[in-house]
Amino acid sequence: MFKTIILSAFGAGLAVGVALSVVQAVTTEPLILHAETFENAEPAPAVASAPHEHSSTEAHAHEAAAAPVATEAAAPAHEHDEDAWSPADGFERSAYTLIANLLMGVAVSAVLLGLMTIRGGKIDARTGVLWGVAGFFAASLLPSLGLSPELPGTAAAEITSRQIWWLSTAAASAIGLALIVFSGSWLLKVAGLVIAVLPHVIGAPVPPTLEASYPAALGAEFVAASLVVSALLWALSGLFSGWLYQRLSRSA
Amino acid sequence: MTHFINTVNRATSSATAGTQTRATSRIVPALFAVGFGLFLFVGTGFAAPSLIHNATHDTRHSLGLPCH
Repeated sequence: MFKTIILSAFGAGLAVGVALSVVQAVTTEPLILHAETFENAEPAPAVASAPHEHSSTEAHAHEAAAAPVATEAAAPAHEHDEDAWSPADGFERSAYTLIANLLMGVAVSAVLLGLMTIRGGKIDARTGVLWGVAGFFAASLLPSLGLSPELPGTAAAEITSRQIWWLSTAAASAIGLALIVFSGSWLLKVAGLVIAVLPHVIGAPVPPTLEASYPAALGAEFVAASLVVSALLWALSGLFSGWLYQRLSRSA
Repeated sequence: MTHFINTVNRATSSATAGTQTRATSRIVPALFAVGFGLFLFVGTGFAAPSLIHNATHDTRHSLGLPCH
């Protein structure tokens, strides 16, 4: 069974990675490259003004109950290690993005098939796509309410605090959603709703400033494009992996 | 297959040794699959080393994951 899941996940990941890269090439990628031209051209106002905003940031973080963030908030929004290797622009960069997309496709497919197997019941393209959409809801749409998708050059709180909030929110959303959908008792359904809402009551790490180096319209376009790409990642992973799993387990 | 095992599990109200083993043989590999997927997801989307970050940079941004 493990072999069937992993084989299906890799097969689906391959298809999803290619499809995702094609969609990104015409949606998110041009926006990322566009934003980077602003980031590299001038010292970004967001980055330059960040230290001066410190006192006001602290007050802001207080009321949002995200106090631990305040001390780190003055760090520049964009901290690339200049000495570290990074893929050259053009083919190399696209190739690494393709590989990363493949891995994300395999990862999401493995998680979806594993959870579907634990739950029990039919696994095919139809149930796969339903689980995929639920996964998008839990691991993309709900976390984006607190931490919206960001272009390079966006001022943001310290990275680790955001990653912790993001992962916790995705986990809470998944648990909450599962309780709401699968549990028979109303009490547990309400508990699921509370668990899903809780991360947003606590609040995501607050950025040191709302200024960005790129035009606002670019950021708005990117949020929509990014959510569409995420929805495709989850829905297509569910679709392809469910379909493959059904075929492989039938022939096994 | 999975559906069948599940039905069998629900049909037998008392968990006999046989169904117990079959439930385990379903759940354990599934948990490993979830663990493998999460490991790969965090490795690609969240790992801190600059090398991994730079290679996966555009994917992380595209999927709205927290990045630098």
